[in-house]
Amino acid sequence: MAKLDTNEKSMPEGAEEPGRRDFMVVATYAMMGLGAASVAWPLIDQLNPAADTLALANIEVDISKIAVGQSITVKWRGKPVFIRHRTTDEIARANATDLMDLRDPQMDKARAEKPEYLVLVGVCTHLGCVPLGQKTGEVKGDYDGWFCPCHGSHYDTSGRIRKGPAPTNLEVPPYDFLSDTVIRIG
Amino acid sequence: MSANQFKSPVVRWIDHRLPVFSMLHHTAHDYPTPKNLNYMWNFGSLAGLSLAIMIVTGIVLAMSYTAHVDYAFSSVERIMRDVNHGWMIRYIHMNTASFFFIVVYLHMFRGLYYGSYKAPRELLWILGVVIFLLMMATAFMGYVLPWGQMSFWGATVITNLFSAIPYVGESIVTLLWGGFSVDNATLNRFFSLHYLMPFIIAGVVVLHIVALHRFGSNNPIGIDTRGPQDTISFHPYYTIKDVFGIAVFLLLLAVVVFFFPNAMGHPDNYIPANAMQTPAHIVPEWYFLPFYAILRAVPDKLGGVLLMFGAIAVLFILPWLDKSPVRSARFRPLFRIFFWIFFVNAIALGYLGGKPAEGIYVILSRVATAWYFIHFLIILPILSTFETTKPLPKSIAEPVLGGFSSTPKQAYAAPRRS
Ligand code: HEM
Ligand code: FES
Repeated sequence: MAKLDTNEKSMPEGAEEPGRRDFMVVATYAMMGLGAASVAWPLIDQLNPAADTLALANIEVDISKIAVGQSITVKWRGKPVFIRHRTTDEIARANATDLMDLRDPQMDKARAEKPEYLVLVGVCTHLGCVPLGQKTGEVKGDYDGWFCPCHGSHYDTSGRIRKGPAPTNLEVPPYDFLSDTVIRIG
Repeated sequence: MSANQFKSPVVRWIDHRLPVFSMLHHTAHDYPTPKNLNYMWNFGSLAGLSLAIMIVTGIVLAMSYTAHVDYAFSSVERIMRDVNHGWMIRYIHMNTASFFFIVVYLHMFRGLYYGSYKAPRELLWILGVVIFLLMMATAFMGYVLPWGQMSFWGATVITNLFSAIPYVGESIVTLLWGGFSVDNATLNRFFSLHYLMPFIIAGVVVLHIVALHRFGSNNPIGIDTRGPQDTISFHPYYTIKDVFGIAVFLLLLAVVVFFFPNAMGHPDNYIPANAMQTPAHIVPEWYFLPFYAILRAVPDKLGGVLLMFGAIAVLFILPWLDKSPVRSARFRPLFRIFFWIFFVNAIALGYLGGKPAEGIYVILSRVATAWYFIHFLIILPILSTFETTKPLPKSIAEPVLGGFSSTPKQAYAAPRRS
């Protein structure tokens, strides 16, 4: 567009003319940019989860079979979800913890809808490994919750980070109790 | 153009070491172009745009497409219903394929009319015919991917063309299929090649442009440019004209994509492929119809296949069939008449290719097929010796500026803006 000065030379009364020309050039580029952006959006947005993927985004789980002190792991959105039926001792210890001792302070009440059942996304908040502690006999870490073997993060009986490199507590997924024995995650 | 002409020091630094900016500047900026090009010269840039749209939308489709006989059809339906904007991306891909052929056919007819295939542009023309062949192969294999009834039976019929070759035909067909019928192996290799070939086309397009820039564009009066008074710089004059063409093209494409997305397709391709039942009336995509008509016009398997490929082969030798030194049809009164007869005949072949192969349609197909070859093999060589051509203007500047010789500067300044 800079080359339009050819015209300026042959246009003695020039001053006002190039202004008008510049406006048209800028307007043209602006419209082309707008057009390109509005075409780019669908091409990028198609990378997001499709409608059928979103439709699978919630699951229902029967929790009546989990004995006190036991945990189950279910798959939700391609990730493990831990459901632990906690013992009264575990609940008591989670409640007794001083918030000042926590890296990511959060009350146990805020993390479990019913204190007996703790529902967590089983993905370490450090770099995404699955922590140990679900099966009997697995290491549960220094705080009797979960232990991530990848880089050594320890979580307590409320799934809160206590020691190691992970920055935040294990995430609590959105869930509801559909009845006393069935929860819907997602 | 030397590197220090660029304002930005970064650009200058890079260009000194890697002269991409000089090359671009040379190709798309100060490239001297005949000043009398008409709108028929817009179709090259439109073809390039079409190829770009095909590659971008195709790569996106491939992210959600599954090349397996059990999943291909439903993966395309999933693109239509579930993938975000998938319906639009697929409709753009489908319809741009058709628009691509419209644009390329017009581009080719432009070459035929203005004699752009003549010396020194023979290789430029031949590279174009190579691109055309590659496009047909790409589109054919793309049409197989959704694995509908037309996909399956189109693939079956077209691959079976090769069985006409004596002795080795059957083995070649088995080789193409990777089995004993069009099946999963066929679908997989077609997907692989369908992804590859557009990039090969892009490579040949680069050669096409290199050949074009060797002697520059031909023009509506078909005489050589004789210096700066005959040319203007590509930018901004032809860039803005190309952008205008692109705007019109995109507008038409949008109308079809959003309001008539299946107008150029065939409803049977929304029925999943069934190897046990052929649809009552199978037709290829519209852009293959003229060649399909030639195939069916001949009552002999090998003969039909040979003539069909021959219809494209004559395009390769066209520069040596038409030896008239005058390029543009404007100065060839007889050629001009025959050009339009050829044009109507080509459309007629397309129409006949879409009709059932029976009764009057067969006879008409034969006449039209014969004429196609008569035009190239008999009329053009005869015309080049016997036709009396009209006197050619002395230069491009002469007819454009009404005879008075001018400097380029006056030429720009002539139309005053209001
Ligand atoms: C010269 C360029 C191209 C042409 C002429 C072309 C042509 C076609 C055609 C005619 C179809 C069938 C459309 C339908 O009925 O659904 C198709 C489908 C397809 N093409 Fe292409 N294509 C080109 C480039 C590409 C590229 C570069 C890719 C990927 C890298 C691609 C990927 C696909 C896929 C995945 C399908 C199947 C999905 C569908 O049916 O919509 N295409 N193509
Ligand atoms: S991923 Fe768990 S500690 Fe690093």
